[in-house]
Amino acid sequence: MDNQLLITYLPIAVLLGIALFLAVLLPVLSLSLGPKRPTFRKLSPYESGMTPIGEAQRRLPVKFYRIAVLFILFDVDIILLVPWAVSFRRLGLYGLAAMLVFMFIFILGDAWVWKKGVLEWD
Amino acid sequence: MSFNLVEFLKSLVSLTVFDYVRQVWGDTPGVEIVLDIIGVLVVSTFCLLIVIFLIWLERKVIARIQDRIGPNRVGGRYGLLQTVADVLKLLTKEDITPAGADKVAYNLAPLTIVMAALLMWAVMPFAPGVIGVDLNVGVFYVMAVSSVSVVSLLLAGWGSNNKYALLGAFRSVAQLVSYEVPMILSLLIPILLARSMSTEQIIAAQDVPFIIMAPLSALIFFISALAETGRTPFDLLEAESEIVAGFHVEYGGMKFGMFFLAEFVSTLFMSGLFATLYLGGYRFFGLENLVIGDMEIGRLLGLIVFFVKMFTIYFIFIWIRGTLPRVRVDQLLNFNWKFLVPVTLVLILVVAILDKLAGGAGIWTRTVVQLVGNGVVGLVALELMRRAARRYRREQEAMVMTRRELASAPAEVTVSSH
Repeated sequence: MDNQLLITYLPIAVLLGIALFLAVLLPVLSLSLGPKRPTFRKLSPYESGMTPIGEAQRRLPVKFYRIAVLFILFDVDIILLVPWAVSFRRLGLYGLAAMLVFMFIFILGDAWVWKKGVLEWD
Repeated sequence: MSFNLVEFLKSLVSLTVFDYVRQVWGDTPGVEIVLDIIGVLVVSTFCLLIVIFLIWLERKVIARIQDRIGPNRVGGRYGLLQTVADVLKLLTKEDITPAGADKVAYNLAPLTIVMAALLMWAVMPFAPGVIGVDLNVGVFYVMAVSSVSVVSLLLAGWGSNNKYALLGAFRSVAQLVSYEVPMILSLLIPILLARSMSTEQIIAAQDVPFIIMAPLSALIFFISALAETGRTPFDLLEAESEIVAGFHVEYGGMKFGMFFLAEFVSTLFMSGLFATLYLGGYRFFGLENLVIGDMEIGRLLGLIVFFVKMFTIYFIFIWIRGTLPRVRVDQLLNFNWKFLVPVTLVLILVVAILDKLAGGAGIWTRTVVQLVGNGVVGLVALELMRRAARRYRREQEAMVMTRRELASAPAEVTVSSH
């Protein structure tokens, strides 16, 4: 059984190998075909033609972090929903009722998040 | 059974060549591995070559929409070889890594994004039996692999040592991560209706295409697919007028080309996925099972049907790009979190309840019930959005009015002082 499962994924392993080969081939080709004349100006990061000021890797607004946390919350919800959707009919009425309760709590939490203003971008 | 060239060519035309090879050389593991390798080689070569055609198509269509002619020099009147020339040009460009860049992250990002774009095609059913591998978690596999591109964008933005790139990358990640939620939630509805995640079985379940059964889910999936692939009106990832080119400012030559390639491959994949999940894939009134004489012509017809559907969707992608302007970041995120996500959450519950209620009924009853359910959810959502938009507009107008009063007040003071 376990063996069977692994064999199903063999084409994906092969495709992964081929994709890796192609993905490495393209930059290697360009490296070998193109010229190589680096200069100081050419290598400096683009900043509208000016000399770059300060570090580029700086701190960022917290709103991006908020989006990430929201995404994780929803992703956990989705992880639960996916197997439920597949075995929906087998679970019967109990499965539907359980999911309704869970979704009710989840939507309640979502509404609270909305009201708190987490979804505002500015 | 021995090898026969005519039979081999016949099976090649009807796309049953793998079955033929299995008949001739037996069904041993060695043969299977060779067939697997040939199969995925065909799929990945197809992906890389079709991009050349896709770019040409996009430039030509956009040009026509904008009342231009488009490429018409390289390769005859229609500029068919323009993209080939562009690829050669990109390949002979200098390969540079900007000073201060994180070398590993900078060089790894285009690799991973291309690999993810190619890997997704493993579960795409082109025709009956013509599929890389029919995983029983097919759609889930697509979700998993497609989210790798988020990591690539972050690597590219962080590794470039460029402020535009970093800002672009964070914006892109916020956008992709947000729109992944409604996309996966709307993908759950075909899964729920077909009771399987395997792409082949979802097609098999579509005696009535799911676009008729679940039009709202199809629409939401289409919108989030637009956002996931970063196409207009959601092309904030590479908003040229704001952050130059976003996460790939510092990329040039073939590395830039790889980002471009990945974008086109995944856009075509999303069109194909839409065709598979909502339009019935290669099915078209039983055409895919047609047999003429001893030729199984069905598979070839199925392939053609699938391509027609996929390119119709792809054409709509291009059409939208040629028509709509770009949205703002706050509009983009508000639309997602305050409209798409709640609507999809409710829609899943409605579809589940209706499916339970009409479970035993015939296919047409179920279709009508689901269609009505979708329609009601859609109309209610639209009405709520209309009200919210009206309220928002009133607030904005009130704000403009107060600002005007404030601006005109000192003027009166100066007049009265004379």
